[in-house]
Amino acid sequence: MDLLAAFSEAFGLITRLDPGFVAIVGLSLRVSLTAVLLAALIGLPLGAWLALARFPGRSLLVVAINALMGLPPVVAGLIVFLVLSRSGPLGSLGLLFTPSAMIIAQTLLVLPIVISLTRATVEELWSEYRDHLTALGLTGFRAVPTLLWDGRFALTTGLLAGFGRASAEVGAVLMVGGNIAHYTRTMTTTIALETSKGDLALALGLSLILMTLTLMINGAAYAASRIGARFAGS
Amino acid sequence: MRASPSILPMIVDAISLQREGATLLDQVSFTLPQGGITAIIGPNGAGKTLTLRLCQGLITPNSGRVVWTHNAPMRRAMVFQHPVMLRRSVRANIEHTVRAIGGDTKRIDAALSRFALTTLANRPARLLSGGEQQRLAIARAWAQAPELLLLDEPSSQLDPGQTRDIEMLIQQLAADGITILMTTHDLGQARRLAKRILFFNRGRLIEDNTAGSFFTAPATQEAQTFLTGELLT
Repeated sequence: MDLLAAFSEAFGLITRLDPGFVAIVGLSLRVSLTAVLLAALIGLPLGAWLALARFPGRSLLVVAINALMGLPPVVAGLIVFLVLSRSGPLGSLGLLFTPSAMIIAQTLLVLPIVISLTRATVEELWSEYRDHLTALGLTGFRAVPTLLWDGRFALTTGLLAGFGRASAEVGAVLMVGGNIAHYTRTMTTTIALETSKGDLALALGLSLILMTLTLMINGAAYAASRIGARFAGS
Repeated sequence: MRASPSILPMIVDAISLQREGATLLDQVSFTLPQGGITAIIGPNGAGKTLTLRLCQGLITPNSGRVVWTHNAPMRRAMVFQHPVMLRRSVRANIEHTVRAIGGDTKRIDAALSRFALTTLANRPARLLSGGEQQRLAIARAWAQAPELLLLDEPSSQLDPGQTRDIEMLIQQLAADGITILMTTHDLGQARRLAKRILFFNRGRLIEDNTAGSFFTAPATQEAQTFLTGELLT
């Protein structure tokens, strides 16, 4: 297949909303969005706690979580694989090679980003707000809702960065999902597989969707910072 | 008429504060009764702001104590030299304070109206001018329905016109029965507003006097030196 024909076929897949194509995009979005949602539910309070708490070894923990932002996806995949494999501690749940395993792996990848950005955002706000909130009796965790709300635009950017990482990674979902057709095949794993098979049309079509998604994420992050500056003065 | 008993007089009883080997406040004692404007003045590093922060409960002294006639922390409010503006609208800033203390939400609109902030209600607080931010900070404190208002250098960042507006607000609040304890480095402001002066130097309360007596016939040599504009050691 020449390149022109491949592009033409790729556009065809997109414009006629090919069911197989749409299913792959749908699964990818479902897995990545759920992973970001879970990472937000866990990471926002955990990051806020890390920003406000003082305990021995805190600096070490902060450095470790910062370092985990660069966790290689294949390592995350390996960890989740070991935990969910039949002989692993959660093997009895039978989650390996399911979309749930992929969500867990991506959550593991996104979580350090959410925790780190939340900690940095909340820490900075707390240093500015401390006196005012303390005078209102909002100390410790009573201050967290105010700090998270006022950091909402920066945190939105962090969540978008997390979504960007989740939707673009291939190693972790490949290892724990198994790249099973019509079940655990995502955009990135399909692109890798179809390219190796020489079926460039599907790979190109999905690449276009991924690139569009990346563009939208960056656009949304930019919009969040502009909205923050305009409506909150942040 | 207030339903709950007054938090005043407040008794500052022999408070001392040390940090990193330095004595920042040394056996400071005074009593603040209900009503009027009291100004804490003195050179930089005298302990003016620290005294306010101790009264507000933001720091704890190494020795001594602040005794309230009735313990109700939310009946005192503090406006900082650099007011903290939450990343929200003007209205939401006031609303946050009222909801944080479980106050009367009717005071949100009342504060906007009283401090001429209604037209700015939806503007982001951090985008206001310095004078408007100070007005919002005082409005926010007023929304707490405080009996005692602690003001730390309320006009140090403002131009003369804005300073005049803030001084008028302070006088109106005092006329409404709110007790005001403020710091200022502006002797003219202390002279214009205060009925009582607490003069500090190097962490000690040097003179506690009526404003009239302090500015015409100070009782201490240090105050005389300060008022003549000479450097205190």
